[in-house]
Amino acid sequence: MEDFVTEWTARHGATRDRLLPLLHAMLEEAGYIDDALVPAIARALNLSRADVHGVITFYHDFRRTAPGRHVVKLCRAESCQARGGAAIEAAAAKRLGVAMGEVRADGQVALEPVYCLGLCAIGPNALVDGRPVGRIDAAVLERIALEVAA
Amino acid sequence: MSRVFVSRDMASVALGADDVARAFAAAGCQVVRTGSRGLFNIEPLVEVETEEGRIGFGPVGPADVAAVLDGSHANRLGRIEDLPFFAGQQRFTFARCGIIDPVDLNDYAAHGGWLGLEKARALAPQQVVDAVKASGLRGRGGAGFPTGIKWQTVLDAPAGDKFIVCNADEGDSGTFADRMLMEGDPYCLIEGMAIAAHAVGAGHGYIYIRSEYPFCVATMRAAIEASAHLVAPFVLEVREGAGAYVCGEETALLDSIEGKRGQVRAKPPLPALQGLFGRPTVINNVLSLAAVPFILSEGAEAYAAVGFGRSRGTMPVQLAGNVRHGGLYEIGFGITLGELVNEIGGGTASGRPVRAVQVGGPLGAYFPPSMFHLPFDYEAFAQAGGLIGHAGITVFDDSVDMAHMARFAMEFCAAESCGKCTPCRIGSTRGVEIMDRIIAERDITAPVRPEPVEGRARASTSSARTEGGYLGKALYSRAPDRIDVSIEAQTNLLRDLADTMKYGSLCALGGFTPYPVLSALDHFPEDFGASAPVKEAAE
Ligand SMILES: Cc1cc2nc3c(=O)[nH]c(=O)nc-3n(C[C@H](O)[C@H](O)[C@H](O)COP(=O)(O)O)c2cc1C
Ligand code: SF4
Repeated sequence: MEDFVTEWTARHGATRDRLLPLLHAMLEEAGYIDDALVPAIARALNLSRADVHGVITFYHDFRRTAPGRHVVKLCRAESCQARGGAAIEAAAAKRLGVAMGEVRADGQVALEPVYCLGLCAIGPNALVDGRPVGRIDAAVLERIALEVAA
Repeated sequence: MSRVFVSRDMASVALGADDVARAFAAAGCQVVRTGSRGLFNIEPLVEVETEEGRIGFGPVGPADVAAVLDGSHANRLGRIEDLPFFAGQQRFTFARCGIIDPVDLNDYAAHGGWLGLEKARALAPQQVVDAVKASGLRGRGGAGFPTGIKWQTVLDAPAGDKFIVCNADEGDSGTFADRMLMEGDPYCLIEGMAIAAHAVGAGHGYIYIRSEYPFCVATMRAAIEASAHLVAPFVLEVREGAGAYVCGEETALLDSIEGKRGQVRAKPPLPALQGLFGRPTVINNVLSLAAVPFILSEGAEAYAAVGFGRSRGTMPVQLAGNVRHGGLYEIGFGITLGELVNEIGGGTASGRPVRAVQVGGPLGAYFPPSMFHLPFDYEAFAQAGGLIGHAGITVFDDSVDMAHMARFAMEFCAAESCGKCTPCRIGSTRGVEIMDRIIAERDITAPVRPEPVEGRARASTSSARTEGGYLGKALYSRAPDRIDVSIEAQTNLLRDLADTMKYGSLCALGGFTPYPVLSALDHFPEDFGASAPVKEAAE
């Protein structure tokens, strides 16, 4: 990944405002941003390590540990709550065998909270490996569970 | 070969529109992917081109192709624009959304696209700013600041690098108008930004889109590339957020584009004078910028002719949550909350009575049906102790526990606080603790709500963002035996804390979180263990 950082900055620039795009690219590439890469990022953009660490930890997206092979991001915001989101969240945690905010022990699936996907009239909603799913009920949840078991 | 139209909007896709589109393509149809029309209980929707116009069928599934094509399908809706939900709208900004192929430049031009930019370029910058002023357009991102005045400040700033920044962070739950516009009519936003650039002398623009909107990011990038030659020398770029709600605050957003933590800046200096990279910057919401092409092409008077009081023009209202006819309803200001929720929205989706609506996202107030006479107007909502915000209306039925919603507001503020000021950073955490005590005390002394809904007890009591983290440890950091945990004492403490947050916070995250909390307390005191609805009794 260190080579990825140097190659990326060579291609896309190394000014400070490139930090978030770089972190997004790393997320896309590796699924998370390893703390061990902070010095390489800092060097590439001529920033202090503390500065880079501060940015990574500020944003919820920049996870610092490996995600599950599949990621189910379930909305917890008000509009989904109004449509029974809490009950679906409880059912999802039970069916997928993983608590909200965690990766299942076998690494197969992670259940993550998200605060609004902008699908507020058709909740409860989720992003399953980046694919939007709406009107989640028991049957839809079962389909999601089978999908992420693969 | 039939020509059919199927939306590629993220909400439509979430309901299965991709499978429907594939099925029609496999049957030999020419499938045009559009944005969404904006009524979600009829999605997935297919429109078939006929001599009488585009005939809609919805909801439909992939197995319905034959019945749709021979016209026999039970969910035949007729012409979409004739449905009551659409016939009553005034679609100024969303005129093309759901109708055209979003990234087809010919389609955009054929539906009145680029006329506003053409007109603007024939005018001097000051004349463009004057038109926006005359339209009465106010910022649609929440604060309602007059857009023309903001542009004037940037126009008057000394020449040099200036920027146009579009705030597409749309973090409020219950809102999706920015998303629908960017996915359904991206050139409209690009045209609005190009007009702004001409008006203030800016050469570079950024669209800051939240990462939760992957479809928007892709559509905007494609549209920017395809239209680059039409807006040149103005150059546009998409920047993706990273899951921080506070980055919707304009100065936090600018810091985020600059590659920093999204922390709120103190004002002054105004972003209009020292914004992005310290340069004069217009920062506007998607809907503010997307309203501008209409204002230029149809005239400021046409825009200002609709509206209510000092709220001119139209608002794309978003009906969300537990509502039967959820979707986007663009209408002149002045329509009442009750008309929107009951008549247009059709009440709740669950069929139970409406108990509360939250207007304006997580920082907006909760209103009971007794306040449904309120006209949709910035001033009327402010007077009633709330805000219009980005015009999302989230409907709740009678199973809602308002104390839990108040707790959620505090929890959300704690999780999303940028940390710059104490009332917000610490106060929100103290607020969660107070709400926990009130709820615990209420449930011991009087389990008031007779029909607990399944899963309610779990609602928002655990969050990955807080559980086990600093907040988890701080939650009960004070010795409980040293605090008066009576509901009365805790309610007073809550009001006191809300006051501190309201007047002592730097931005509206800490400053407005008291709105949902206090409105829930004032309008639904029975959920907080009190006996009589204080506010409603007074009415
Ligand atoms: C916590 C917080 C979140 C905000 N989120 C958004 C947002 O998602 N989109 C938006 O346009 N404005 C948002 N705003 C308002 C912006 O600060 C600012 O008022 C707006 O971008 C100005 O554009 P306008 O005049 O066109 O409304 C937010 C404000 C605060 C305090
Ligand atoms: S009110 Fe909260 S989000 Fe706003 S500046 Fe203060 S700490 Fe940051």
